Amino acid sequence: MKRIALVGNPNVGKSTIFNALTGMHQHTGNWPGKTVTQMIGTFSFHGEEYELVDLPGTYSLISHSEEESVTRDFLCFESYDGVIVVCDSLCLERNLNLVMQILDITPHVLVCVNLLDEARKKKVKVDLKALEKILKVPVVGTEARKKKGISILEERLSEMMQQKEGFQVYYDSEIEKKIETIETILKEKNIFVPSRFFAIRLLEQDSFFATEMIEKCPSIFTDIPIEELSTNHHFSQKEMREAEKIAQKVVTFENQNYQEAEKKIDTFLTNKKTGIPIMLLLTMFIFWLTITGANYPSSFLFDFFAELENPIFQILSYFSCPTWLSNLLVGGIYKTLTWVISVMLPPMAIFFPLFTLLEDLGVLPRIAFNLDHCFQKCKACGKQALCMMMGFGCNAAGVVGTRIIDSKRERMIAILTNAFVPCNGRFPTMILLISMFFVGSSRFSSIWEVLILTVIILLGIGMTFLISWILSKTLLKGVPSSFTLELPPYRKPQIIKVIVRSVFDKTLHILGRAVIVTIPAGVLIWILANTTIGNLSILAHFNQFLDPFGKCIGLDGVILTAFLLGFPANEIVLPIILMSYLHLGTITDYTSGSELQRLLLDHGWTILTALNVILFSLFHFPCSTTCLTIKKETGSWKWMLLAILLPTICGILVCFFTTLIFQLFSL
Amino acid sequence: MKDIITLNNLKIGKSARVIEVKNVGSIYRRLLDLGFIPGTIVSAYLKSPFQDPIAYRIKNATIAIRKIDSQNILVEELS
Repeated sequence: MKRIALVGNPNVGKSTIFNALTGMHQHTGNWPGKTVTQMIGTFSFHGEEYELVDLPGTYSLISHSEEESVTRDFLCFESYDGVIVVCDSLCLERNLNLVMQILDITPHVLVCVNLLDEARKKKVKVDLKALEKILKVPVVGTEARKKKGISILEERLSEMMQQKEGFQVYYDSEIEKKIETIETILKEKNIFVPSRFFAIRLLEQDSFFATEMIEKCPSIFTDIPIEELSTNHHFSQKEMREAEKIAQKVVTFENQNYQEAEKKIDTFLTNKKTGIPIMLLLTMFIFWLTITGANYPSSFLFDFFAELENPIFQILSYFSCPTWLSNLLVGGIYKTLTWVISVMLPPMAIFFPLFTLLEDLGVLPRIAFNLDHCFQKCKACGKQALCMMMGFGCNAAGVVGTRIIDSKRERMIAILTNAFVPCNGRFPTMILLISMFFVGSSRFSSIWEVLILTVIILLGIGMTFLISWILSKTLLKGVPSSFTLELPPYRKPQIIKVIVRSVFDKTLHILGRAVIVTIPAGVLIWILANTTIGNLSILAHFNQFLDPFGKCIGLDGVILTAFLLGFPANEIVLPIILMSYLHLGTITDYTSGSELQRLLLDHGWTILTALNVILFSLFHFPCSTTCLTIKKETGSWKWMLLAILLPTICGILVCFFTTLIFQLFSL
Repeated sequence: MKDIITLNNLKIGKSARVIEVKNVGSIYRRLLDLGFIPGTIVSAYLKSPFQDPIAYRIKNATIAIRKIDSQNILVEELS
């Protein structure tokens, strides 16, 4: 099995190449010592088996962010048979910089010039043959989205692995001598690192590589004579100039004004007057589509699963299953599970593809661009906006997404505040309550629902800013670090692929996770509701215990218990509430909206209760998966605890405040 | 010889040649990777709704930078 690494700048279509090569043969891999998981795919060509490792996109190997260092560490310290470097034909020059750095590490490089279709549209020509001649390694042109060029790429892999030498930047003779001296010392000391690459980094006085070297060989800086290390040569500038020279030789722009149309859209999306309103409208439109579109499939799934309930009971009794067990299986597990599926699957199956579509179009970085000023005022990173948006889908995904943030401090802020935006698991509860208590059944009710939901979301975003600001004034003091944000060209998304990918990768993945946590939760809830101490179930005891505190913040014991039991998955909060009110042993489905509202009103709900449940749903501890992800990403229980406390305290305060106001004005 | 200004003062739609990048630390490296080296042509492309950050076209890509960083980049405006 040959191991090939796939690298490239961000946004060059690397994952499209990855998918085109490996198809469905993909899995996530882990390598020792690293918590980072990477996509690994396999494919075979001419009887040779290949393992392809998809490394995070990076501009350079002298990198800054956690994510980028994964790529650097892999290329420097892991073993592999070759590297495919994917380049964007539209900004080849900048991509060549990375190619040259990799050529300093290994000659087994294949340069894949992708997005040739886009280049053609914009009348940019790349002379691949000339490029190959200069770089001395195989160069293949591809249009990965149409799978063009992929077979040629596969054919030339063997050539890549046999490659003896590639293009290397020639610094002046004095520098080259120094590089050679250091390389020899490294080899003599048996330090197995890419010697030329490391020698240049040492000469460049790069602190990361210096520390890395001391770790591998403590005496390294006494072994290398100090005068060998002193130079003020601008290595990187030289590299860039070399890339510029090559690009001038191989790239021709036939139409200088190719970006006119794009500029118009950009100006419209980021304009002082239109930028923010358009973003709001877009968000509202997405939620409207999700809400209205999910209604029908949701009720269909409910009915479908309810129909199956009796047959399952019958089958169980046919196998002479004891009643308590079949009650546990159907009433506990089956009901909880099918509730979660019916409530979660339809909105996710609509929301995720829409979100991926925006991602593919290139709209998300523009949103981050528009919002950066606010984050800067909070002394946080503009890329936090991207993680925040991912949080709308799933907070755990948002927390993982913070890896794109370079500064540790800013990344921590992004992690701690991610749960302040509601994830897909919390939307259904909010939407249901909004439609029951705040919107009558009029013709425009769905519009009202969306409007109110948007206000709630804006509240969440506002709180994100506030908490970020407070954090950077207190626990995570510091000045905003510098950051750059690339606005990639707009690309026509491949709609079918987007749907397939987001349904399989995200929706089913998250649903699967929810299912895994729901089963034990279902059992636990069933046991708590069906075991009695005195003449009350354990669940009822819980409810009574929490009731006084719940009443203080405009909720009640039942609601608080439901939130606590909903820790594994936020979706089951509302069903647990219903179950407790009905004193039933199992989760209940909402047969009809008005009946449900009647039930809630009978149990003392007011508009304040509904409002506070929505607010508490927005601001409370993140779900168990998110908590575990935070622990994994921050490496500390302390930060996880803080991530639980921050939104919870926030929710309690907000609910307390609204209750106070309602009481003052005796509403 | 044209006046030398800092990049944040470059008007939208205007181009300039980079003279000196005075940023320090990791942002210096990042800017370098993106092509901000003496001699490169850069043009101001887009202003965000709150006027900061500003997006620039450089090496055929669009890169947004905050004012706090762009004021450390010296450029010479081109006519």
